[in-house]
Amino acid sequence: MNTEKRIKTLIVKKPLKLDCGKTIKDFPIAYETYGSLNSKKDNAILVFHALTGDQFVTGINPVTNKEGWWSYAVGPDKAIDTNKFFVICSNVIGGCMGSYGPSHKDHDQKIFGTNFPVITINDMVNAQYNLLDHFGIDKLFSITGGSMGGMQVLQFISNFPDKSKTVIPIATTSSHSAQNIAFNELGRQAITADSNWKEGNYTSNNTNPGKGLAVARMAAHITYLSKKGLQEKFGRKLQEREDLNFGFDADFQIESYLRYQGSVFVDRFDANSYLYITRAMDYFDLAKQFNGNLSEAFINTNAKFFIISFTSDWLYPTQENKDIVIALNSIGADVGFVEIESDKGHDSFLLDVPDFLSALKNFLDKSYEEN
Amino acid sequence: MKNEFQVIADLIEKDKKVLDVGCADGTLMKFLKDNKNINIRGLEISKEKVQECIAKGLTVIEGNAEKDLKQFPDKSFDYVVLSQTLQAFLNPELVLDELLRVGKKAIVTIPNFGYWKVRFHLLFKGTMPITKTLPDEWYNTPNLHMCTIKDFFHFVKSKDIKIFKSLALNNLNSSVINEGNLGLKNLFADLGIFLIEK
Repeated sequence: MNTEKRIKTLIVKKPLKLDCGKTIKDFPIAYETYGSLNSKKDNAILVFHALTGDQFVTGINPVTNKEGWWSYAVGPDKAIDTNKFFVICSNVIGGCMGSYGPSHKDHDQKIFGTNFPVITINDMVNAQYNLLDHFGIDKLFSITGGSMGGMQVLQFISNFPDKSKTVIPIATTSSHSAQNIAFNELGRQAITADSNWKEGNYTSNNTNPGKGLAVARMAAHITYLSKKGLQEKFGRKLQEREDLNFGFDADFQIESYLRYQGSVFVDRFDANSYLYITRAMDYFDLAKQFNGNLSEAFINTNAKFFIISFTSDWLYPTQENKDIVIALNSIGADVGFVEIESDKGHDSFLLDVPDFLSALKNFLDKSYEEN
Repeated sequence: MKNEFQVIADLIEKDKKVLDVGCADGTLMKFLKDNKNINIRGLEISKEKVQECIAKGLTVIEGNAEKDLKQFPDKSFDYVVLSQTLQAFLNPELVLDELLRVGKKAIVTIPNFGYWKVRFHLLFKGTMPITKTLPDEWYNTPNLHMCTIKDFFHFVKSKDIKIFKSLALNNLNSSVINEGNLGLKNLFADLGIFLIEK
């Protein structure tokens, strides 16, 4: 297939024992890089993507032909300056952009579907760690990511405490809350309730649970925005009509917008991957891995942390980000924190929010100067 | 850099770990980091000031001293600095206790309400004093608990806090305050600088 040629893949030979108890080996990790690795190999930044992201961080995604998900932040002269830094990002395992996931085939050449092992954030970062060996990088300059990307950042530095100089978790949490799990469960129920889901075997049945996946995306999309942002953008504006239609078409612009978001998502995302990745997020509880003491997760690292949250993010609110700051302060770690003023909700980290982008740029550039 | 910061910097030895509470744009932090190899952290409530610190490459936490000092372990810094902010807290006593819990030593500076210009202003003009260190009107000042050098001196003593050094600052001149000259210094200094420990 043509798209497969545009996806760079590392085959991990080494067996990886997953949290669920199963072991995988000879599995692919799809990745992309931007900028160039310097001779000292000390300018690499590993970016972790969020739930529906992929390795195509910036520029045009060759598979979807759309802008990369972090185009505002990553590129020449941008916050994560690819003139200066070598940016690596890989598709998480369980994903659907080339890394080992439920749409891959098992050794009987049968598509995994829900027979793919349940993966965790821990499994994701352990898999991605292989990229350091692949590039011959002893120590990253930074690791960063927002939302689920931030969870991977926290897990990565906990697992590999001396493998990054700086650590930038953004709009994230150290433990998925009941509300987070509830929204994810809503999405999973929408998918599995679609009769085309076929217990996860839709590909072999030539069906696609697109309706369910679209509803999952619509529900999730609401959680990424703030009430104020939605009200200002859409209010009660009507969609290409003068008056209410007294029916169930999309009368309101917000309805039309959500339907559109759902429909474009279905074209680029795999329903089973959505189940697997949301599950990994729900299982994430870093403190629990250390008997309830989050500080213990970071006790062995000397890395410099910079944590960023957004005022209108109610999915991973400031307090949950601050809890990480508190855990770090209580062990005397080097940690900075800023809450960025923004009406754009959880999605702020993906958007053109100048205060955020300048804080990120200043932190990286100044830390690199001191390097 | 203002003279106050120079005096504070002189009180801190090289290579120490310091927390600057209410660090503003990070001027003192930057000086300590660059000139004394200080491992420096800041706590600042204003988002704009936090951004200015980040732009200087300083480690700063956006937060409120009254709520956020409690996350730091006991005696986790060699020095905790609080410059001209104590009087702006709802509960200065609690903040002072926290400074001395978190820091092995604390450096606290206070604008002196006993300064002769302040006294004259109130005495002769009959309106709330406005001076270089107290620039705001009564209705928009952040200061809730003004005190004099004498007040602070007595307050600290009453709490069994050890005073290592107390300095009176008047423009460019700093001089040592002691029991004997307290009344005089309280009249002629517009700023008091205290190095304390509990």
